[in-house]
Amino acid sequence: MDELKRNRMSMSDVFRTATVGARTRPMRIVLSALGIAIGIAAMVGVLGLSESSKSDLLATLDRLGTNLVTVQAGTGIGLGSGELPETADEMVARIGPVETTAAISEVDANVYRTDFIAAGQTGGVTVQAVGLELLDVLAGEVADGQWLNEATAEYPTAVLGSVAADRLGVNEVTGTQQVWLGEQWFTVVGVLATFELAPDLDRAAMIGASAAETFLDDDGVPSRILVRVDPAFIDDVIDVLPATVNPENPEEVEVDRPSDALEAREAADDTLTALFLGLGAVALLVGGVGIANVMVISVLERRSEIGLRRALGATRRQVATQFLGESLLLAALGGVSGVLLGVLVTTVYAQIRGWSALIPTLAIVGGVAAALIIGIIAGVYPATRAARLSPTEALRSA
Amino acid sequence: MTSVLAVTDVTKTYPMTPPVHALRGVTFDVEQGELVAVVGPSGSGKSTMLHVMGTLDRPSTGEVEVAGYQVSELTDAELSTLRAQHIGFVFQQFHLLNGYSALDNVADGMLYTGVPLESRRAMARTALERVGLAHRFDHVATELSGGERQRVAIARALIGSPSLLLADEPTGNLDSKTGADLVRLIDELHAAGSTIVVITHDLDIAEQFPRIVRLRDGLIESDSKAA
Repeated sequence: MDELKRNRMSMSDVFRTATVGARTRPMRIVLSALGIAIGIAAMVGVLGLSESSKSDLLATLDRLGTNLVTVQAGTGIGLGSGELPETADEMVARIGPVETTAAISEVDANVYRTDFIAAGQTGGVTVQAVGLELLDVLAGEVADGQWLNEATAEYPTAVLGSVAADRLGVNEVTGTQQVWLGEQWFTVVGVLATFELAPDLDRAAMIGASAAETFLDDDGVPSRILVRVDPAFIDDVIDVLPATVNPENPEEVEVDRPSDALEAREAADDTLTALFLGLGAVALLVGGVGIANVMVISVLERRSEIGLRRALGATRRQVATQFLGESLLLAALGGVSGVLLGVLVTTVYAQIRGWSALIPTLAIVGGVAAALIIGIIAGVYPATRAARLSPTEALRSA
Repeated sequence: MTSVLAVTDVTKTYPMTPPVHALRGVTFDVEQGELVAVVGPSGSGKSTMLHVMGTLDRPSTGEVEVAGYQVSELTDAELSTLRAQHIGFVFQQFHLLNGYSALDNVADGMLYTGVPLESRRAMARTALERVGLAHRFDHVATELSGGERQRVAIARALIGSPSLLLADEPTGNLDSKTGADLVRLIDELHAAGSTIVVITHDLDIAEQFPRIVRLRDGLIESDSKAA
């Protein structure tokens, strides 16, 4: 008698038997794959969104630079209302790695749309005497008209921040429009786009330093100095700034780096990302338990099918493979639709926020891989149970 | 004549309290081309007999030989292969897969033999024609009548031309007319050369077959061939 040679099933037959459950009970398959899909979608979405927002922030920092430093008089308990020395601007400019500086001096005057507006109804718009370098230092942009120049800085002309322009009713720079500033008319020569690094200047009417002195009797004491520094030496410059600005009372000088605020916001986002990733993992785990559950029930319900297959000549291993394959198929279905869903959510949300959607490859590959691993783990127990069932026991139950 | 099935001094005891002695020493042979009815009331050990003959279960003592293979010498995986290649089963409950066509159900009869799908389907067509269901290839199992389902199940058992075809109460879920048609089909298959063992509790059906083995309380009461 010749040996009984084992016959291996072809991959396509293995796949066919793994889909038997899906064909006979499609709804159940969809529902149990849904658990995995939600978990994977959550993780892909979270990773995609955090990556997209991060890349958007990096682009912003790139554009604005991280080498801006602001210097102002410290205020607070024990400091009184300190002032920067009149010469502060020139002192700062003498520090080696400092590239440009711009002084801002708060002018003691109000600005109104016309001279008929009641005093005090300023709409929160301030008047600032600024150096000509301000626009460069802040990487700001002119929305309409032009920035101050050597000539206009000496005459009663003003450039408005974006919010200030709105509140003073200047929609368009015509060259003839005037605002009532410090009891006299100033001509509006320009309106600026929104500043990303100095939001308070959006609400300011900016005039030249010499105009402030001539027409408004400003004392020229800077309230704030904006400094662009060679990025390589920024920490050193920050260290020496207080003593340079005010050698007598260095502790009264406050030095700030606006890009720090943006980076801090991002760090906070990272914590949230980790939290949501954790939640996604929990959803995934629950999805895996759901699949295991469905598979255990399926094995119980399909005892007679298992018996039949053993009678048709399936080995224990082939029965186990069928149910493991089914579990894997479920998880793969959930994993792939989860990744697609996650990508969709990321793309739509990024579109709304005006970011470019960025989904890490790791999230996509990892998402599908995680689903498959869960499918295997969830399938092992039910598959073992199915394989352990003796043929007579399986057939008897019908 | 060569023997397709040889059962020698087989006993089967289920370890319960008290132990159930389903078979108490059964010996009989089935030769190639025979059509045998194993008949007995419930509790006579018919089902155990089917399981032991079909290598779905091993005897407690004694020896079973199918198509020349000693069952006691084979591993579980080898027994599976033996079933795939040499034994066809027909069950009372048909056991068809509901979502699949008659053709694919029959083709599954050779799923575990390593024959590719297209060849299996071609063979399934032939098998369905043999049982008179040439017009039902593409109907799914739930669209077929009980008699048609049992014919599909028979085609599935026949597809690989097994050495031995075992039918467990094949008419049990059918009305008497359909049952009679099925018996006629079994006769035809026997005439064409198949070796068939039908297990039934229905003496009227058993008496239509050339050889009757009566089983009672785990022992062979009478065997028309020996008599």
